[in-house]
Amino acid sequence: MAWDLQLTDLPDLARGSALLGAGGGGDPYLGESLAADALKSGAGSVRFLDPDELGEDSLVVTTAMLGAPTVLVEKLPNGTEAALALRALEQRLGRPVTATMPAECGGMNSMVPLLAAAQLALPVVDADGMGRAFPELSMTTFGACGLPGSPMAMADEHGSVAVVETGSDNRRLESLARALAVSMGASASIAIYPMSGRDVRRTAVPRTVSTAVRLGRAVREAQERHSDPFSALQEALPHTVYRHGRVVFSGKVVDVERRTADGFARGRAVVAPDRAVADRTATDSTAADNASADGAEAMCELVFQNENLVARVGGRTVAVVPDLVTVLHADSGEPITTEGLSFGQRVRVFVISAPDRLCTPEALATFGPRAFGVDEDYRPAAPLP
Amino acid sequence: MRIGIDVGGTNTDAVLMDGDSVLADAKVTTTPDVTDGIVRAVQRLREQRDFDPAALTGVMLGTTHFINAIVEARDLAPTAAIRLGLPATQSLPPLVGWPDNLVSAIGGHTYLCHGGHEYDGRVISELDPGELHRIADELAVNEVRSVAITSVFSLVNSEFELRAAEILAERLPGLRVSLSHEVGRTGLLERENATVINAALGELAERICDGMVATLRTIGLHAPLYLSQNDGTLMGVDYARQYPVMTFASGPTNSMRGAAYLSGVDDCAVVDVGGTTTDVGMLHRGFPREASAEVSVGGIRTNFRMPDVLSFGVGGGSLVRHEGADVKVGPESVGYRLQDEALVFGGETLTATDLVVAAGLTRIGDPERVASLDRDLVSAGLDYVTDRITGTIDRMRTSRALVPVVLVGGGSVLLPEELPLASSVLRPEQFAVANAVGAAIAQISGDVDRIFAIQSGQRDAALDTAKQEATDRALIAGASPGTVEIVEVEEIPLAYLPGNATRIRVKAVGDLAQSTSAPSPVAHGRGVR
Repeated sequence: MAWDLQLTDLPDLARGSALLGAGGGGDPYLGESLAADALKSGAGSVRFLDPDELGEDSLVVTTAMLGAPTVLVEKLPNGTEAALALRALEQRLGRPVTATMPAECGGMNSMVPLLAAAQLALPVVDADGMGRAFPELSMTTFGACGLPGSPMAMADEHGSVAVVETGSDNRRLESLARALAVSMGASASIAIYPMSGRDVRRTAVPRTVSTAVRLGRAVREAQERHSDPFSALQEALPHTVYRHGRVVFSGKVVDVERRTADGFARGRAVVAPDRAVADRTATDSTAADNASADGAEAMCELVFQNENLVARVGGRTVAVVPDLVTVLHADSGEPITTEGLSFGQRVRVFVISAPDRLCTPEALATFGPRAFGVDEDYRPAAPLP
Repeated sequence: MRIGIDVGGTNTDAVLMDGDSVLADAKVTTTPDVTDGIVRAVQRLREQRDFDPAALTGVMLGTTHFINAIVEARDLAPTAAIRLGLPATQSLPPLVGWPDNLVSAIGGHTYLCHGGHEYDGRVISELDPGELHRIADELAVNEVRSVAITSVFSLVNSEFELRAAEILAERLPGLRVSLSHEVGRTGLLERENATVINAALGELAERICDGMVATLRTIGLHAPLYLSQNDGTLMGVDYARQYPVMTFASGPTNSMRGAAYLSGVDDCAVVDVGGTTTDVGMLHRGFPREASAEVSVGGIRTNFRMPDVLSFGVGGGSLVRHEGADVKVGPESVGYRLQDEALVFGGETLTATDLVVAAGLTRIGDPERVASLDRDLVSAGLDYVTDRITGTIDRMRTSRALVPVVLVGGGSVLLPEELPLASSVLRPEQFAVANAVGAAIAQISGDVDRIFAIQSGQRDAALDTAKQEATDRALIAGASPGTVEIVEVEEIPLAYLPGNATRIRVKAVGDLAQSTSAPSPVAHGRGVR
């Protein structure tokens, strides 16, 4: 069913998107501010369509921002880039766009299509092509199902527009887009993956924006009630495409190591088990959360490339991409991005199972562990017994 | 010799120090006109230990005055926020997300102009002097006396901010100008917010600083006046006139630095127990750990360097409530009425201080009045306080190892000599005036925070450049050559960018040079490239 996203939903959407960003996807506060501005200067709300409501031959185009998170927070967009890219793609395709859609639902890109939608009076499809955040444009369920990303249009704040054609070669599209984005100052907007309503239903991860709102709301309401945000998430997830999630580790960040390789922020973080009360008494509820309760010294290691890719406890993999490994503040349940991870934070590592569309053989070949150089097979994170 | 003064909300503390030793200390009540309290505190010092004012190398002052002005939206100047970045950045104009009362308190004048740089130093668009001339005309009409200028990526290239300032100042003599590259870090909105706050405080800062200097002169003190800033280091009073925003978090910083100094422990948890609240922070190599997340001040998102301090409502004046075995202390407090309301002073209210006296941990007031208190209640109440502090230390500590804990503040008598999670517990002499000691011993710093394009194999060279710049800035700011050391290096590689663009933050710190003239604001190195 179609629904309207109101200004007041934005903080929940931002929190939920940061959660689904699995540590990546950019500054959710910025996305929220941009979307708020777009809603305030537009109709005050944006209409979201369920994928089932799309006509077979309607034309859907995803919109997103592309760039380095640290650049995005400094060189803010002028706000019309995404609409400009969408219009350019429309012109190239020679037919009007019916609706826009997020390319990824994690981080600020779940909110960027709201800018274009508010300016062009278009609806947004409640679905996306990642079900989370991934670092490359080629890493989508659309691509895994054989849809080409091109033609793609990219626009910058000067009104410069580039249209790129790479046929069905999405990897080549990614590399050209990256080079263009850098020359546009490492922050630009794109319209990409034009597709029919039929293709949306066949390839997209459905209802992820409403899910982000729902998860963000669950955390907020738990905070307001002073109840446990982690149980609130655990209760909310079974009603979504994500099915389940749980805390796999609680502790304190004791090491963060970052390096740049091939244009990505790669690195690892180490979380030491939290023995808050155990030093004094025998009853330690937080330590009991840790999968390592038997081996008290086990640490949790997180490997990331923009997003968290793997969580290992005591050397044993407990979750791996495309499952969502997220780091949340231990008390509030607020998500922490990989750029925001720092020494001394008290956190919980929360794993959310990837939607089915992220787990097909084709999808795993596109963004499974080995696509990130992690030499392991994907094994779905187990639900709570 | 030097004098350290901490002007808090309730008390003004002062110490006279010579080298490493505290020669005299004083605690007086803070007055609405803060200078009165300062005068009385200094008089107390002189009563204890007469000294030759000419022998003073400096008076170091910590104050919460400026942050309070923002929180209360008072005494702010009509201010314009001018941003250079068109055609980028239009999506979120200046003052976005500000509370309405603060926007109207400063008049809410905002302008977007051409300018700005890309992350790698390319120009987004050239500066347009015509735009700035038109703004100057409007500012004159609206009687705006202070402007904040923020250019995109000015930490990479500050040229446009400097040129815009020149153009405006030519047209409007006497205009106060705050430049974002001298005030904040990467993150346009947060840096712009900090710069606007700084600009809005300009007139108040000038008045307060002039008043303090004049007050010190009238009581015969001619030594240079320094204010302590957020990171535990000093700025000359002329610098404070220009950058009042840098004093925002000096209170907790001073008490932590003072605690380290008095105890001789550089890596520890510091617990500062006051009458109403307790602050807990971590010291690393003698400096407070900075908060990593954005800090909201008066409802405005900023990215000031703030110490990472957790506060909770337990102090000497906290009320003790009990239902059966369940005992809670705070967050309600009798505050400054402790001397009237606590049982040991003949009052009717059971406070944390009464528990301490009943347990025989200290002698304040009349112990007889609490002699009949239930023993279980007393120990349950003190355990509650210990638990709160232990839990907070646990949230703050950075490894599982036990941490040394240093207790300061007048209320610290509440705490036992041993704490769980603590490898040792120290309560230095003069614990009650640690704030003023922290101000007196503050050092001078220089910072660098910008994005470097690091060519292959050039990482060390880039780091060396940053370290040298930070050191130079500390020296220009008044640090003594030979004492400057690098205390912090942080590298953040930027995702997506080629050429290993890396954000490097470096802080250098040194002892205050023993000259008697304060560094001039023009010579002050912060942010100048």
